[in-house]
Amino acid sequence: MSAVEELASQAPAVQAVPKRAMTLSSGTAFVVVLLLLIVPLFAKNFVIFQLTQLLYYGLAVLALNILTGGSGQFSLGQSAFYAIGAYTSAILMEQYDVNYALTLPIAGIICFAAGFLFGQPALRLSGVYLALATFALATAMPQLLKLGFFEKWTGGVQGQVVTKPDAPFGLPMSQDMWLYYFTLAVTIAIYIFSVNLLRSRSGRAFMAIRDNEIAASAMGINVSLYKTLAFGVSAGITGVAGGLGAIAVQFVAPDSFTITLAIQLFLGMVVGGVGWLPGSFIGAAFIIFVPNIAESISKGLSGAVFGVLLFLVIFLVPHGARQVAMVGQQLLERARKR
Amino acid sequence: MTQLQLAQAADPLLAVRDVSVVFGGIVALNGVSFDMHYGQILGLIGPNGAGKTTLFNCLSRLYQPSAGDILLEGRSILKRPPHRIAEIGIGRTFQNVALFPNLSVLDNVRVGTHARTASDIISDSLKLAWVRRSEAAVNAKVQEILAYLELESVAHKTVSGLPFGTQKRVELARALAADPKILLLDEPAGGLNHEEVYVLGDLIRRIRDQRDVTVLLVEHHMGLVMSIADHVVALNFGKKLAEGTPAQVQANPDVIKAYLGSKDQ
Repeated sequence: MSAVEELASQAPAVQAVPKRAMTLSSGTAFVVVLLLLIVPLFAKNFVIFQLTQLLYYGLAVLALNILTGGSGQFSLGQSAFYAIGAYTSAILMEQYDVNYALTLPIAGIICFAAGFLFGQPALRLSGVYLALATFALATAMPQLLKLGFFEKWTGGVQGQVVTKPDAPFGLPMSQDMWLYYFTLAVTIAIYIFSVNLLRSRSGRAFMAIRDNEIAASAMGINVSLYKTLAFGVSAGITGVAGGLGAIAVQFVAPDSFTITLAIQLFLGMVVGGVGWLPGSFIGAAFIIFVPNIAESISKGLSGAVFGVLLFLVIFLVPHGARQVAMVGQQLLERARKR
Repeated sequence: MTQLQLAQAADPLLAVRDVSVVFGGIVALNGVSFDMHYGQILGLIGPNGAGKTTLFNCLSRLYQPSAGDILLEGRSILKRPPHRIAEIGIGRTFQNVALFPNLSVLDNVRVGTHARTASDIISDSLKLAWVRRSEAAVNAKVQEILAYLELESVAHKTVSGLPFGTQKRVELARALAADPKILLLDEPAGGLNHEEVYVLGDLIRRIRDQRDVTVLLVEHHMGLVMSIADHVVALNFGKKLAEGTPAQVQANPDVIKAYLGSKDQ
């Protein structure tokens, strides 16, 4: 055996197992889910609403994370898919009397199709150029929703009011609390499906494409198919998040889904850590709560304060919440060894 | 020999027929033909710019020949897109190692099984029973290959941090995971030291003998080619210069001239 090979085999395999690196250990996951179940019981309705918001924004960030962290494609157009999902739920509920829970899978399927189709022309682009093409989609969407042609469904500039569902089976809880638990159930299900997907043959194909397209193709991976599938899956999940958002906010209007939303989701992904699924929810918390914190520091300069806070995060932990979690894990392990 | 072996000996596994490639006005390959037989290690040699890599890229379907045909077991491969080459049994490695740097050794080799397995995103997301069975089979196969190439100790490591020699073995493991009939090796000795080259030579021969793989070796390192190849094809300026056993090709005056230059130059 050569010197090089000896070096390789002597080093112990103690590094964090890469497959686990995208998710949480089962112990941590258990604690997190328990907290998510218990906390609302002791919270005010407004806090419960914010937690619901955290969950569906988290889902939208997760969707972007699958696209960027998983398959290596950028998107600044997630707000468009979010809008399609939100409007699908709203229109189905209000104009066709479809049950709110049933509107979500429909929103998901429609957005999957939209994402898959949009992925076809986007195949020719990569990196910044792809980001720009998706940006165009995000800028076009609010105006498309205002078009007179669609007005009898969308409600045009006025938007559309959505009725909040009551808790079923006469459960003794407020509408907000029921909606929270409903959103939580959907979120956990989608999170588990996403983890399964990324750990499967399809997920490996996404990551292989992200790392080296030519090698992926030589291994038999249909690069265009999997790239568009990643777009579809990401758009589908974003659509469900949009549907949940519409139900929670009880209102959809074109100007809620501008490019700002897409940039917020992008920001959430970076702050949470690209490629780290649990980070999506930490990123969502950042985009929901940090603007409020900024406002409490200075009303007039809230934007500037937000900018400074964001800058600090990027400067101190460039890999986002994932980096914090990893350092924490290492400290814990060191403490255990002593 | 059995009937089957006789039949196989007669029909080539891979036939390159008058392949020409023209880029703009430059003829990179000019009517090259040769056969590869079952169980052979065929060395493709030639000075820089001889057309070795061009031919290699035709075989892996990155380039489309402007004339001629390439037949695997009698059937043309030229209508297949690059991602449908692995499924008919053509595996490859890359000149400067093209692994998936952020994935573990294990996942890199798992990707190698892609062409031999099936799944869809819905079954994968729901982790259906048949997906779990298929993944279990993939894992068993990957474990076997990692053990075969002595990569078990680094199985969970991310490949980007591994030494070059180890990365080369990971790449071999990934190619073997697809059960190739033919393994195309693009300059496997590049970047290795003297001793490592001979370890590699033994490994290639072992893979051929034990795993029933035919090997096409595109190589600069004459020592490696001459010591392990059964058959050598020499190219120069896009044309076939000579073909035969290593000794025959080495003794061929044209080959000597191409490598060393003629006396009157």
